[in-house]
Amino acid sequence: MTTRKIEILVGAFIVLAVAAFLMLALKVANAGISGSGQSYVLYAKFENIGGLKVRSPIKVGGVVVGRVASIDLDTVYYTPVVKMEINEQYSNFPETSSVAILTSGLLGEQYLGLQPGFIDETVQILADGDSIQDTRSAIVLEELIGQFLFNRGN
Amino acid sequence: MSDIMVDIQHLSFSRGKNLIYDDMSMQVRRGKVTAIMGPSGIGKTTLLKLIGGQLKPSQGHILFDGQDIPALSRADLYQARKKMSMLFQSGALFTEMSVFDNVAFPIREHTRLSESLINIIVLMKLESVGLRGARDLMPAELSGGMARRAALARAIALDPELIMYDEPFAGQDPISMGVIVRLIKELNNALGLTSIVVSHDVTEVMSIADYVYLVAEKKVIGHGTPEQLRQDKSALVQQFLLGEADGAVPFHYKAAAYEDELMEPRR
Amino acid sequence: MITEKLQNLGRSTIDNLAGFGRSGVMLFGALVGKPNFRKGWPLLVKQLYVIGVLSLLIILVSGLFIGMVLALQGYTVLVKFGAEGMLGPLVALSLLRELGPVVTALLFAGRAGSALTAEIGLMKATEQLSGMEMMAVDPLRRIIAPRFWAGVISMPLLAMVFTAVGILGGHLIGVNWLGVDGGSYWSTMQANVDLYQDVVNGLIKSVVFAVIVIWIALHKGFDAVPTSEGISRATTQTVVTASLTVLGFDFILTALMFGG
Ligand SMILES: Nc1ncnc2c1ncn2[C@@H]1O[C@H](COP(=O)(O)OP(=O)(O)OP(=O)(O)O)[C@@H](O)[C@H]1O
Ligand SMILES: [Mg+2]
Repeated sequence: MTTRKIEILVGAFIVLAVAAFLMLALKVANAGISGSGQSYVLYAKFENIGGLKVRSPIKVGGVVVGRVASIDLDTVYYTPVVKMEINEQYSNFPETSSVAILTSGLLGEQYLGLQPGFIDETVQILADGDSIQDTRSAIVLEELIGQFLFNRGN
Repeated sequence: MSDIMVDIQHLSFSRGKNLIYDDMSMQVRRGKVTAIMGPSGIGKTTLLKLIGGQLKPSQGHILFDGQDIPALSRADLYQARKKMSMLFQSGALFTEMSVFDNVAFPIREHTRLSESLINIIVLMKLESVGLRGARDLMPAELSGGMARRAALARAIALDPELIMYDEPFAGQDPISMGVIVRLIKELNNALGLTSIVVSHDVTEVMSIADYVYLVAEKKVIGHGTPEQLRQDKSALVQQFLLGEADGAVPFHYKAAAYEDELMEPRR
Repeated sequence: MITEKLQNLGRSTIDNLAGFGRSGVMLFGALVGKPNFRKGWPLLVKQLYVIGVLSLLIILVSGLFIGMVLALQGYTVLVKFGAEGMLGPLVALSLLRELGPVVTALLFAGRAGSALTAEIGLMKATEQLSGMEMMAVDPLRRIIAPRFWAGVISMPLLAMVFTAVGILGGHLIGVNWLGVDGGSYWSTMQANVDLYQDVVNGLIKSVVFAVIVIWIALHKGFDAVPTSEGISRATTQTVVTASLTVLGFDFILTALMFGG
């Protein structure tokens, strides 16, 4: 009978650990959002990506719509190319949309802000694999300070 | 099948710098009780471990049933060990199992018998050492002599071909001593087992042994049937059999002269 | 003088190398070969109980308190920048990436590792291992292997429990006591914690630590000098060596996983 008790306790231990894992995966990491694979890909070229990282969020008006899938360097022009995975649900951004690398708060981490553009007959909707032309690079503090000093010098 | 079960040929073995056996030979005949006697610390336990393949000799051969134990591969060695069994000087019972489970252990490991059959075998073995009533005790709850008997029951659980008893009589009262003497003899006669008994108890050993080896000073100093040994003229043999403190065999572990050491300040 | 020191250094290096070699041989003997599930399963369950379930209490209590302390400490710093909304990620990331795996490994070395070393050392001293060998049962397969697997399975599970309880402890202090907004505790956490980068990497760390701790514990017991003094020394060595090795490997793994 005592082996039975041991088996039950070991079973309970494993159930508890699985519950802990589910909590970490679903409640803490929120694996539901982009883990489901229902996404499409857009590209954007920047001058400078600053502190943007793989898996940084992509937000529209503060709502997360996707994540950065990879960051590579274009081997012809040597500019960074960001591959973005956007949730299938948000699939009608026009080609006039723009992306900017923004910072959440003063010290927070960097994310991609996607700004939907206007729509008329001549404007097409961005599809899987398209690039967004209108991009704004990260603000690099050193450059900003340099400019400020330069302007004051005038 | 040869008549010799264990054939030790020109065995040499040392523990570090301490040479224990130097070119020693002995034979254990199939179906007989062979006793090995010798002063404490001479390497009797070591010899049993050499036969069991737990230690490797520096030279010589140990043939068990025709196989050279030190030269066997790991798998073959384990196969050979299934045919032998050893009663350890300390008993070596598994402390986390009851006496019953200890005796059942080798049966459960090596056979696929049903629990009810195992139950019968274990109770029979325990009955033969007089511990059937102690089957649910844990080893920590046994006395030293009871632990030894429980270990004996475990050693004979699978009816091996060769049993090595390391000091089976130590710590037994006269009655259980008699029981164990009879048990060893019966196992030997009824089942045709081969036994090696290591012991200091001269009278008990002489009463059951078919052949006796006296070991001292790294080799065999005398051998023969108990009768032959009693007739032996050698001073060494007689000193051991009669239990004289100081004779040809020194009782002391080798050391500097006594007076010198007492007088000299210790470094 | 110097040559003597050098000699000693050389000898201890060689001794350590030989010990490492023996531990490798031990693990190889225990794990390589065809497994026997009929006999192995009950042994594994028993060891999961001894190693895993019995360590659960200390893990739960430590996890809770470490999460609470993290929230308390983190809050006092974050509130200076008006960033107390970031308390969730602070607690979660510290626990997932670092404290969960590392503290679990250290507690595990102290609780289960030392017990394993003492148990196996004592089995050796009382000739139980020799006896088993003479019964043609391989102690490596019968004693070492189930303990190894039980340890390697238990520790990542314990680390997850530790981390989850710690995050709940942080919630208890941060939200219920210090008044951080509950919604933002979870949502900022979700925005900053990544399943692969953080949760899975933490798990990988804890599997590596499990192998380290359990291997050291088993080897120290198996290699112990079979006397009471030898066993007590082996037990101490298990805790010290396992803890230091875990911390060293933590640095390496952190650099590999999060450094680049
Ligand atoms: N593990 C070991 N390491 C080094 N030397 C050992 C070890 N075990 C035993 N010895 C030495 O080997 C010698 C023989 O030991 P062994 O245990 O075989 O003696 P024994 O004949 O069985 O003695 P006893 O009758 O007292 O049991 C002793 O001198 C002992 O000092
Ligand atoms: Mg002995």
